[in-house]
Amino acid sequence: MAQTRRQMLVDPLVDNNPITLQVLGICSALAVTSSLQVSFVMAIAVTLVTGFSSMFISMLRNHIPGSIRIIVQMVIIASLVIIVDQVLKAYAFEISKTLSVFVGLIITNCIVMGRAEAFAMKNPPVASFIDGVGNGLGYGLILMLVGFIRELFGAGSLFGFNILQTVNNGGWYVPNGMLLLPPSAFFIIGLLIWAFRTWKPEQVEEPEYKIQVVDAH
Amino acid sequence: MGLRNFFDRIEPLFVKGGKYEKLFPVYEMVESFLYTPKTVTTAAPHARSYIDMKRIMTYVVIATIPCILVGLYNIGFQANHAIATYGASGWRAWIIEALGIGFNPANPFANFVHGLLYFLPIYITTLVAGGICEVVFATVRGHEVNEGFLVTSMLYALILPPSAPLWQVALGIVFGVVIGKEVFGGTGKNFLNPALTGRAFLYFAYPAQMSGDTIWTPVDGFSGATALSVSASDGYAQLAAQGMTWMDSFLGIIQGSIGETSTLACLIGLAFLLVTKIANWRLVVGCLAGMIAFSTLLNLIGSDTNPMFAMPWYWHLVVGGYAFGLAFMVTEPVSASHTNMGRYIYGALIGFMVVMIRVINPAFPEGMMLAILFGNVFAPLIDYFVVQANIKRRAKRNA
Repeated sequence: MAQTRRQMLVDPLVDNNPITLQVLGICSALAVTSSLQVSFVMAIAVTLVTGFSSMFISMLRNHIPGSIRIIVQMVIIASLVIIVDQVLKAYAFEISKTLSVFVGLIITNCIVMGRAEAFAMKNPPVASFIDGVGNGLGYGLILMLVGFIRELFGAGSLFGFNILQTVNNGGWYVPNGMLLLPPSAFFIIGLLIWAFRTWKPEQVEEPEYKIQVVDAH
Repeated sequence: MGLRNFFDRIEPLFVKGGKYEKLFPVYEMVESFLYTPKTVTTAAPHARSYIDMKRIMTYVVIATIPCILVGLYNIGFQANHAIATYGASGWRAWIIEALGIGFNPANPFANFVHGLLYFLPIYITTLVAGGICEVVFATVRGHEVNEGFLVTSMLYALILPPSAPLWQVALGIVFGVVIGKEVFGGTGKNFLNPALTGRAFLYFAYPAQMSGDTIWTPVDGFSGATALSVSASDGYAQLAAQGMTWMDSFLGIIQGSIGETSTLACLIGLAFLLVTKIANWRLVVGCLAGMIAFSTLLNLIGSDTNPMFAMPWYWHLVVGGYAFGLAFMVTEPVSASHTNMGRYIYGALIGFMVVMIRVINPAFPEGMMLAILFGNVFAPLIDYFVVQANIKRRAKRNA
């Protein structure tokens, strides 16, 4: 791997973002981004799980038989997710209730599995850890952006603090109810992908079909 | 002709290499709005038809005229009627008093003027906000602004409640034009109906201003349920007790969105579209058949707790947005299925979903908007299976 460690950490933020470029982990991005606080906790949880699971899998990579490697990876990831879940339940019970099943579903988050398969099985532990943290941060970045837009315009607040005084509380802002519904994250992620690809045109894929122009003669 | 000369004189400024070449779409828009488009087919096949995109779109706008007229009368009538009890206020009342027209609901002219004062701000906002988006996209992407937007904006304005706040109107049409159409490449490449996309956005984003009993007549303090919400809560038999006959609903003198209350006006528009062959009759047949079959089935099944089960098909036809959607949105050629067999299935799917949402889903009293969007999403899939079936059949024949 010709990547430096810095690149491993920074690349997944924009250039190789797990959500906007690889389009992984969309399900949880729709579900947990209705408020910034929850997005933030989810981002930390996924970053920790991705980082440590990549590291442990990388440590064991020479001892894992190829035929059962997915199961071994799952066991490691699942154990880490359970730890995260227990910590959340102990120290942030309210948030853990909002996140509900989605903490458990980190086990099936494609980003975690993807990094384990694509990177940790072939690279040493420290590099794997950095790569995992980088991808977790890339996921977290999009989560926070989506959460920011949804909470600010959907509820008029950020991290629970009132920013735009809503009409119901005697203010002027009419909250956009659709942004609190999960499908709105589809639009926002789509618009973010659009913005990223306008900024970085090399991310644009080749069109599957080209419209053929017939010359007039 | 002076105007033609003017266009010919300024054209070199806008063509490639000219001073304002970036603004060519704007020039093209104004020019082709006023004159026949100059571009003709250059490549084979050289099959020509008298009908081009401009004519299709203009015909659809013409077909909405009965709906607009009845809509203007109806909003004015409902508002004047309510004003008799609740009193008038606001700038519209000021204009009407300044003109000396008065608020007599028995005077059709007073109703028209009052309706116009509600419709025009909404329509102008739609044209300006949506038009800006269209022009920006056309300029940046180098495609042309075409007459499709006239249809979108007219349909969008007609399916809004008359009391809709203007900033929401603007937000909705911007969403409809950008997300419903332009991100997919503009007119002809959109798989959703842009007007309905905008309306659905508003419906979910601002339910307080887009649903309920107080929005259909824009007079403070007035509350009047639509025929659908009365039927949903008390059963359609209750409509007669409230003084609403089937004929009222058919003619459109009831609570509802601006242009969709009158089934008669929608059917006149639909007849025009069918005669000019803009609308495909298979879509209409499919949609009617799906609705009639499923509502009859539900009538037979019956329910003790849900009064909507008993609603017969001829009531489904005249309440809510069914007739309007049938005439102008199910028949929209771009977002519908493109194969003949697919058109029957597509129509039937919408007819079925409309009754399904109205009757069985307790959350939404009206289902036409969601049913059509649902149909839009499935249209390409339906086409795919129809085409595959045809390929299989032909392969077998020639095997």
